[in-house]
This record gives sequence, C-alpha cells and structure tokens, in this order.
Amino acid sequence: MPAPTYRLRPQGDRCLSIDFGDEISTDIGLLCLSAATTLGHAQLQGVTDIVPSYTAVALFYTPGKEFGGTDFRTLCAQVDQHLKVGLVQATTSAREVDIPVCYGGTHGPDLNDVAKKIGVTEQEVIRLHTSPGSMVFGLGFSPGHPYIGVHDPLFALPRRDVPRTAVPAGSVAIANRQSTIYPTLLPGGWHILGATPLKLFDLNRAQPSLLLPGDKVRFIPISEQEYDRLAAKRAEEAL
Amino acid sequence: MTMRVLKPGMLSSFQDQGRTGHQPLGVSVVGAMDQRAHQLANTLVGNLTDCASLEITLTGPTVEFTQACCIAICGADLSPSLNGKPIAMNRPLVVRAADALSFGARRRGTRAYLAVHGGFAIPDVLGSQSTYLRSHFGGWQGRALKKGDEIPLKRPLLTTGRDGAGLENLAQALWAIKLYLPGAIAESTRARVRLIKGLQWEEFTAESRDALLTQPYRISPDSERMGYRLQGPDILMIKPRQMISEATTFGTIQVPAGGQPIVLMADRQTTGGYPKIAYVATIDLPLLAQMGPGDNVQFELVSLEAAQALDITRTRAFIELAQALSTVRTLLINH
Repeated sequence: MPAPTYRLRPQGDRCLSIDFGDEISTDIGLLCLSAATTLGHAQLQGVTDIVPSYTAVALFYTPGKEFGGTDFRTLCAQVDQHLKVGLVQATTSAREVDIPVCYGGTHGPDLNDVAKKIGVTEQEVIRLHTSPGSMVFGLGFSPGHPYIGVHDPLFALPRRDVPRTAVPAGSVAIANRQSTIYPTLLPGGWHILGATPLKLFDLNRAQPSLLLPGDKVRFIPISEQEYDRLAAKRAEEAL
Repeated sequence: MTMRVLKPGMLSSFQDQGRTGHQPLGVSVVGAMDQRAHQLANTLVGNLTDCASLEITLTGPTVEFTQACCIAICGADLSPSLNGKPIAMNRPLVVRAADALSFGARRRGTRAYLAVHGGFAIPDVLGSQSTYLRSHFGGWQGRALKKGDEIPLKRPLLTTGRDGAGLENLAQALWAIKLYLPGAIAESTRARVRLIKGLQWEEFTAESRDALLTQPYRISPDSERMGYRLQGPDILMIKPRQMISEATTFGTIQVPAGGQPIVLMADRQTTGGYPKIAYVATIDLPLLAQMGPGDNVQFELVSLEAAQALDITRTRAFIELAQALSTVRTLLINH
C-alpha cells in the first residue's frame, strides 16, 4: 500500500493518535488497520497498546527513554518513518469469520420495526445484512465488543430514542450502517435484528476475543432450532 | 497464610498498574486510580515488580492476618489501626499472626492502598492482577472483597527469620530506617489539577474555556472508578458536532452535548465518541483520584512537554527510592 496522508495529535501525555480521515468508510477503516499492523510490527520502544478505530490509530506509550519509554516527538518521528515506507496491508492477514444469527422472533425484537422504517420486507433486511463485505473496524465498549461495517446505506438508521437498559448477550444489532454484537448483558440503543449463539469473549480460549480488528465477517441466517442446538452444544463444551 | 476479611469496607478491590496490551480487544486498562500511592506502597514493602495492592475506598475494611507479614498503607488517610491502635502510613510495618487491621474516620483523601511484601497470591488474568469490576474478572474472583474472603499471601514472614532474628528485631530494624520521600512522589498539595489542551480546544467557546480554567467544578455524587462527572458552568462547542468513536485515555475530559464534562478515570471504556476539550496531566491524576464526590476541583493548563517532564521526574524518583530502600528489601528477604 502507498504511503497514506495523516495527522499526528497528542491525546494527553501518554497517547499519540494518528488521524486518517473524518468519515466512516471501508477505505479509511482499512488504512487504520493497516497502519496499526505496520506500527505493531515495528515494535516501537515504549508503546504498550495500539488501538485502531474508524478513522484513527491510538498509540499508548510510557514517557521516559531512560526507562525504556519514549516521548511525543520521538514517537512522531518514528511513526513518520514507518508510515512513509508504505503500509503492511491489513487485508492480507484478515481472517474470515462466520457468525450464525437467528433473525427475528424473541432473538430479534426490532427486525420488524427496522423493515418498516427502511421500507423493505424482513426477508430483505436479512438478505442485506447477510450480504458479504463486512469488516470489524475495531472493538470497544466492553471486552470482545465489535464494530462491524459498513452496511448498505439503507441501514443508516440512528440509534433508538430510548436505549434498552438490558440487551441480552449475543444480540446482533444495527445503527448508522454498522452492526455490533453484545458480548454480555449490557445496556444498548441499537436495533436488535437477531442473536448469535457464539460467545464473543471467553477467557478460557487462547485468544479470548472471537473477533479481531480487520476480520471479515459473514452473518449466516440460522433457524431457532439451529440456534438452540448450537447454544446447547456450547453449554456442554463449557462444562 | 491468608488475609481474612472480617468486614469488606465500601469498595475494596485489588488493583495494579493496569491491564495494558488488550485495549484493541475492548478490554479496559483498569488498575489503581492513584498510581502514585499504589506504587509507593509496593516500593515500601520491598516489592521490585508491580504487585496488586488493595485499593480501599472511603470506608475501609477490617482484615485479620493469619501469619506475620510486612505491610504498607499509602494514599488516603482513613485512620488505619492495628488491634485498635493507630498505625503509621507511608512506612513498612510488621504485622503478627492474628493481628487485625481496621480503618476509621476519613481524615483526608478517597482511596488508600494496602500492599504486602511479596504480594497477594492472586492469579494474573491477561497479564494483570487488577480487578475488572464491570466485566467480573481479575483480582479476587473478579469482584470487590466480601466478608469471609480469605486472600492468600505469597510471602509471609517466619516467626524466627533465616538469620535467626525474631519478628520484634525485624520490626525495630524496619522502624529505624529513615525514609525520605522526594517531592516528586510525596502526596501532592497542589490547589489546581493541570490540563493539556485537546485538539478540539479551540472548538469550544471562549467563555467555556475561560470557565474551565477559572471556575471550580464540583465532583458529582455518581462519580466513581469509571469517570468523574463534573458540575459547573457549561462547556459548549461553538458549532456542536458529532464525533467518531476512538480510543480514550485515563484523564480525557469529554463533554457530552449537555455541557457538563466527564473526566474518564481508571475503569473507562476503551473507546468513546464525545468531543474532548482537554486531558488531565498524568502527574496530577493521583491528586484527582484522591478527590471524591462533593469536592471542588480547579484546573490550569500545562504544556505537553512540561507534563511529560514531570511524569519522567516521578518515574525516576521511584527508581531512586527503590534503590534507597534496598536495606528494607534485604531485611525482609533474609528474614
């Protein structure tokens, strides 16, 4: 990938953010993921966390070169040096992850409402939501909590006026052309289309998070029976 | 060898320097709210690596030790006492089998830190012993202490040390050591918390920026480990706009549309999408962490370079203190 344009910005005295744009798009998201991968490979001294989001990459660091840390200026120079060379393309290492989803019914209380709001049938909502090309932009809010996009412009719905105080674990929900999946029971204002029986975050796995930044995601529609079967299988495995 | 919890206190949880390295997975850093006091307590008991200390909030617990060990208490003065007798803070102390540590009136500050020599024997989860209260993992069973908990300790003290010395000799030898805390790690007495401007600083109205630097803001009752909600003159953008979610930091001052700022603290979520006017300098986060609901906070600006220089001075002072305390470590390790 060619050298990108970006802006460097301090976020306080222990974080440097790199801005790649100011809109949510697959291109900018890929740029962020690729920059995060590139800078991760560079193993910069003093950097403890590299966090990609929709339009930015945050580098968390410890100040003090004499203690194995760094400082803002040094880090800026290193970022320039590494990004100038060109980016390691994040897509080349992207995994493809299938997410089975039981749409509608008790698992997807907002499916009907979303269909009405955008003026298509429930089947069409499912078809659009399961169409390929979705990517994990990043994880946030809680452990293993993905932000997936960018969906068809029809899904440009704002969040619900009144957020729910408790959204069940596994709920797959949309807002602003994105999907999220709630890893645990959490409050939330997105429109719930369905639920997956998969566990999004599990400390018993070598990689606790089911999804990682840059993963390509495919939602696969499943029946309620299949959901129950997979959920039961998971419960059995947990014993 | 355990520390038995007779009374849990208001909110007592194990915290260390934080769970870094997993923010890209949405895992919050958490860790001690007052990193200065946490690190000082650890250093005073001769721990060379970061071990979780018990973060004690406002109303302290009552705990009983089943075997002798060396402890230190730093941070808020919550009137600590051993078997009913007041004890010194900011010093390594020997406690004996069956001694009960309790806390009383809050004299100053919000959070006290209890460290033990060798550390508490609690597992590492994703590289840290910190309790992630909201996600229920890390620390002791992923939660705050409860009555009846028995927390194992890694390195209790023998009644008679390997060098033949009794506990009384060890206690006296420790007490005789002169401790000098350099200014960089002594508790801050500053009146104002220092801020570094955010990129959006100029996007806020002149009145808002002026208010933030001249008016007191009250810390609201619902402020806790995740964030401090401030009450005071509204902080407004010249042209309000939606922001795209991105990584957050310890000390980010974000401003929701209502205009009342929130300072993100140790348990902050990894990402957030509100406009950010400024960031609390790391050097002053301990000062803020020791303030609590009802307290007034006042701010002033500091440059990024100056903030980093102060941060580095503190880190260096801790390294020097650890070196100066090598006698404490030798006494404890040889015992």
